[in-house]
Amino acid sequence: MSNDKIIAVTMPKWGLSMTEGKVMEWLVEEGTDLNVGDPVVDIETEKIANTFEALDSGILRKKVASLDDILPIGALLAVLAPSEVSDSEIDDFVSEFLENYVPPAPEEEEEEESAYQYIDADGYRLRYSKMGTGVEKIVLIHGFGGDADRWLFTQQPLSEKSTVYAFDLPGHGQSSKSVTDGTVSGLAQTVMAFMDSLNIAEARLIGHSLGGAIALQSAISCPTRVTRLDLIAPAGLGEEINVDYINGFIETDNRKEMKGLLQQLVADPELVNRALVNDMLQFKRTDGVSNALSQIAAGFIDDEGRQSRIMREEAALLTIPINLIWGSLDKIIPADHARGLPTQIKSTVLDGYGHLVQLEAATEVNAVLAV
Amino acid sequence: MATKLSVEDLLDAYRTMKTIREFEDRVHVEFAKGGIPGFVHLYAGEEASATGVGMHLKESDKLASNHRGHGHCIAKGVEVNGMMAEIYGKKTGTCHGKGGSMHIADLDTGMMGANGIVGGGPPLACGAALAAKMKGTDGIAVVFCGDGASNQGTTFEAMNLATVWKLPVIFVFENNGYAEATASKFSVACKDIADRAVGFGMPGEIVDGHDFFAVHEAFGRAAERARAGDGPSLIEHKLDRFFGHFEGDNQNYRPKDEVKRLREEVCCLKRFSAEVTQQHGVSPEQLTEIDNEVASMIDAAVVFAETSPDPDVADLTTDVYIKY
Amino acid sequence: MARKITFQQAINEAIDQEMGRDESVIVMGEDVVGGSGADGEMDAWGGVLGVTKGLWGKYGDRIMDTPISEAGYVGAAVGAATAGLRPVCELMFIDFMGVCFDQIYNQAAKFRYMFGGKAETPIVIRTMFGAGFRAAAQHSQCLYPMFTAVPGLKVVIPSTPYDVKGLLIQAIRDNDPVIFCEHKVLYTVEGDVPEESYTIPFGEANIAKEGDDVTIVAVGRMVQQSLEAAATLSKEGVSCEVVDLRTTSPLDEDTILESVENTGRLVVVDEATPRCSIATDISALVAQKAFGELKAPIEMVTAPHTPVPFSGTLEDSYVPSPEKIASAVKKVSEYTK
Repeated sequence: MSNDKIIAVTMPKWGLSMTEGKVMEWLVEEGTDLNVGDPVVDIETEKIANTFEALDSGILRKKVASLDDILPIGALLAVLAPSEVSDSEIDDFVSEFLENYVPPAPEEEEEEESAYQYIDADGYRLRYSKMGTGVEKIVLIHGFGGDADRWLFTQQPLSEKSTVYAFDLPGHGQSSKSVTDGTVSGLAQTVMAFMDSLNIAEARLIGHSLGGAIALQSAISCPTRVTRLDLIAPAGLGEEINVDYINGFIETDNRKEMKGLLQQLVADPELVNRALVNDMLQFKRTDGVSNALSQIAAGFIDDEGRQSRIMREEAALLTIPINLIWGSLDKIIPADHARGLPTQIKSTVLDGYGHLVQLEAATEVNAVLAV
Repeated sequence: MATKLSVEDLLDAYRTMKTIREFEDRVHVEFAKGGIPGFVHLYAGEEASATGVGMHLKESDKLASNHRGHGHCIAKGVEVNGMMAEIYGKKTGTCHGKGGSMHIADLDTGMMGANGIVGGGPPLACGAALAAKMKGTDGIAVVFCGDGASNQGTTFEAMNLATVWKLPVIFVFENNGYAEATASKFSVACKDIADRAVGFGMPGEIVDGHDFFAVHEAFGRAAERARAGDGPSLIEHKLDRFFGHFEGDNQNYRPKDEVKRLREEVCCLKRFSAEVTQQHGVSPEQLTEIDNEVASMIDAAVVFAETSPDPDVADLTTDVYIKY
Repeated sequence: MARKITFQQAINEAIDQEMGRDESVIVMGEDVVGGSGADGEMDAWGGVLGVTKGLWGKYGDRIMDTPISEAGYVGAAVGAATAGLRPVCELMFIDFMGVCFDQIYNQAAKFRYMFGGKAETPIVIRTMFGAGFRAAAQHSQCLYPMFTAVPGLKVVIPSTPYDVKGLLIQAIRDNDPVIFCEHKVLYTVEGDVPEESYTIPFGEANIAKEGDDVTIVAVGRMVQQSLEAAATLSKEGVSCEVVDLRTTSPLDEDTILESVENTGRLVVVDEATPRCSIATDISALVAQKAFGELKAPIEMVTAPHTPVPFSGTLEDSYVPSPEKIASAVKKVSEYTK
C-alpha cells in the first residue's frame, strides 16, 4: 500500500531527445532534509552533464540508484518521506514502483524525435521545436556554433505558461547550411521570417550570445513584433569578445582541441563530456558548416577581433522590458558589458558561472526568466 | 623508304636515338666501375622503337614503361640530368633518389613510370586511356611491354579490357627474343606476339624494330585510330638488345659474338644515318654535330650525378602519403 | 535531418553524393551495374548485394561494369587515378585480393614514394569482407591486416551506418589510395544517418561506449559484438570501454593508450586470423607504450588459425562471439598477480 507522504524522485527528462541518464555522483547523504532546489545528484546525459535539483522537499530516506547506473527517464532514483514513515513502508514503496515501472517505449521516443519540425523561411529550411500552448509566444535563439539543444533546460519550464519555439539558426544544427546573409541584421531578418512562417505576430525573444545580438537587432528593426527581450550573455553590447575561441572553433578538427575550447564556455570543465565534444565535431564536419561559421563570424567580428555591431545606444531607446543575464566568469563575452546601461534594462550577474549560463545555472536563469 | 618527316624532324629523331645510345653505353661503363647501385636494365639497340613512337606523343599523352625504361623516358622528354642522378640515387634525381632506375617517372611530361613488375604497365595504361576518354580529349596512352610481359595475365586482362571498353591505348611489344635468360621462342606459345591481337579483338602488326621509319609509320596509324575513338591496337617490334637482361648478366644464353654481330649488322643508328644521308637530304656534318653535342650532354649528366648530394636521412619517411 | 537507413544505403548515398558533387568520381567493378551487353535490363543487380543500385540511372557511363579481370581493372583504376580521375573501384570480395594485389601494394601504394612525391593516386578500393553468410573459406576472410601492413595505403573499417557514410565520403575526397572494407553482415544494420554530406577524419577512433574497468579495442563487426558483451558485463558490475578503431591505417594510438591508462586492462577483439593481425598489432603497441599502466596481461579474442568453415555451427564458433569476449574481459578483470 503506498503512503501519500512518500515521494518518488525520478530520472528527469531534459530536452526533447533525452532518453536516459547516468548517475555520476550523489551530492547528499540519506537522512538529509531537502528543500526544493537543493542539489541532489549529478546526472550525465548524451548532451551534457548537470546537477539534478530537488523538485520536492522532504527527507531523503533511500537512495535507490547507484553510481554509474544508466536509467531511463522516469526511473526511480531515490525516495523522500517524513521520518514517521517506516523503513519497511519505504521498501514496499520501492518494490511496488519497480514492479509497475515501464520505461518509455521506443515509439514514444520516436514521437519525441518528430517533435522537431521543419519550416521554410527566408530561403532556408529551419529545424525547430514547439512546446506549450500558452498565449505568450517565446522564440529562443541560440548562439554561435550552437543549436536548439542549448535550450535543453529552458524550453520545458517556460512552456508551462507560454508557447515556446526553439530553432536552429542557418548554418547550424539541422537547418540549411548555406548562408546568404550572415550579418546580425541578416539573421534578425531570418528570425522575423521564421515568425512570419508560423503566423507569430509578436513574440518575446530570448537570445544567447550571438543569438542575443540577433534578438536585440530584431527588436530594433521590428519594434512592433517584439514584446520583451531576455538576453543571456549577449553579443552586441560591447567590443570585447574572445575571438581566439571563435577562430579556434571554426578551425579545429581535433577532439582534444575541441574539448579545450568547449571548456572555455563553462565555469566547471567537468560539464564538457565526450558526447558534447563528438556532437560539435560531427556538426563541424558537415559539408558547408565551415563556410557558414566563417561568414557569420565575419558578420559580427571585425578584422581586429572586436565586435562590430554594437547596439548599446539603440538598446537604451527601446521601450520594451529588457533583461540581461550573465555568468560572472564568462570567458567569451565579458559580463562587464552589462554595466552602464540605463536602469530600465535589468541585469542579473550570476556568480561563479560561465558563458553557457542557461545550461550551467539553469535553475537560477529560469527563475529570472519566469518573472 | 619515303617519308613526310622534315630534315628538322629527322635530326630530332637522330638526336633522341643518339642520346639514348650514349646514355645507355655510358651507364654500362659507370656501372662496371661500381658507381651505380642496384639493378639497371639497358635499352641500347632498341632506340628506334622508343623514338619512332615518342615522336607521335604530345606531352599530355601517357606512356607506361617497364624495367628497361631509360629509352622510353628519354623519348618522352624526361630530363637527362635528372635521370642520371636518379640512377645514381641522388637527391637531384627525377624521383629524388627514392625510385632508382626501375621506377623513373615524370608525371608532368606524361611519363607514368618505369615499372619493376613485369606486366605492371598494361592495366595502368588502360586507366590513363580511360581518363583521356572520360575527359573527352583525344589523348592516348601507350604501354611498352617485352616478350616476357606478353605472357603475363595482367597483359591479357588489359588487352581484353581495352577492347571491351574501346580505350585509346596502344600496346607496343618490344620483342628482343629474350625474357631474362629464356628465349621467346621457348616461352611465347604462338609464332608472333602480334598473333594474339585477334584473340583480343584488336588489329596486330609486326614491324622491324630496327627501322625507325617503319616504327614511326606503323605507330602513326595506330595513334590516329586511337585518337579517332576506334580503340586499341597491338604493334610488335622485332628487335635486339645489345646488353644483358641486367647489368652483370653473363649473357651465356646468347650465342658467342651475337651482340658484336648485331651492333655491326642491325644497329638502328647506323641504318638511320645511312638512310637519311643517302635519301633524305641530311648531311653527315649535321649528324656529327649532334654526336658531339650528345657526348657533352652525357658527360655533363654523369658529372652532375656524381657531384650531386645524396638524399637526407629525413627523406626516408617523406612522401609515403600526401597527408597521413 | 537524420533518419534511419541501412549500412548499405549509407554507402550508396555517400557514392551518390560525391558523384553528384565531383565529375571526376567514377565507379567500376564486377556487376556494379549488371546487365551490360545483355538483352535484359540494365542496372539488373546494382552490385552483387545491390549496394550500387540506382547509380547507373543517375550517372550513366560514369559507373561501369568490368570483365572478371581484377588485375586488369584494378590496375586500370590505379592508372586512371594517376591521370586525373577519382575512381571508386570495387573488389567484390576481399578474398580476391590475390589476383590483383600487385596493382594495389606494388603500384598504387608506392607511386608517391618511388616517384619522389610527384604522383597522386586518389583511388578508393571498396571491398566486402567477413564471415557469417556460410560463404565458406574463399568468400569470408578478413584480410585487412595485409593491407594495413603496407606503407602507402590507408585502411578504413567502419562499423555503423553513420560512420560508413562519413568515412566513405572522406575516402573519396582523400588523395591517397584507400582500401575501404565493408563487413557484409553489417549491410542490413540500420542507424541514424544525416541526409547532408559530412566527413569523418581518418586516424580518429570512436569511443562506442565509455567505461572504467576494462578497455575493449575492436574493429568492424566486432564492435557490435563487443558492445553486446559490454551490456551483459555491465549488469555484472564490470564497466567496459569499447574503442572502435574505424581506421587501422592511420591508427589512433592516442585514444587506445589513454583508455588503457585509465582502465589498466585490455582485450583486443579481431575477426581476422590470429597471426600478424590487428589484434597482435594493437597488443604490441600497448605492451610497448603502456606497459607500466597494465594491471593484467593483454587478452586477444580472434578467429582460430584456420580457414573459414562452411557449416553453420562451425562458422558460428569461428567468429568471436559476445560470450567469448565477455569471458576474456572477466579474465583480465579478475587477474591478480
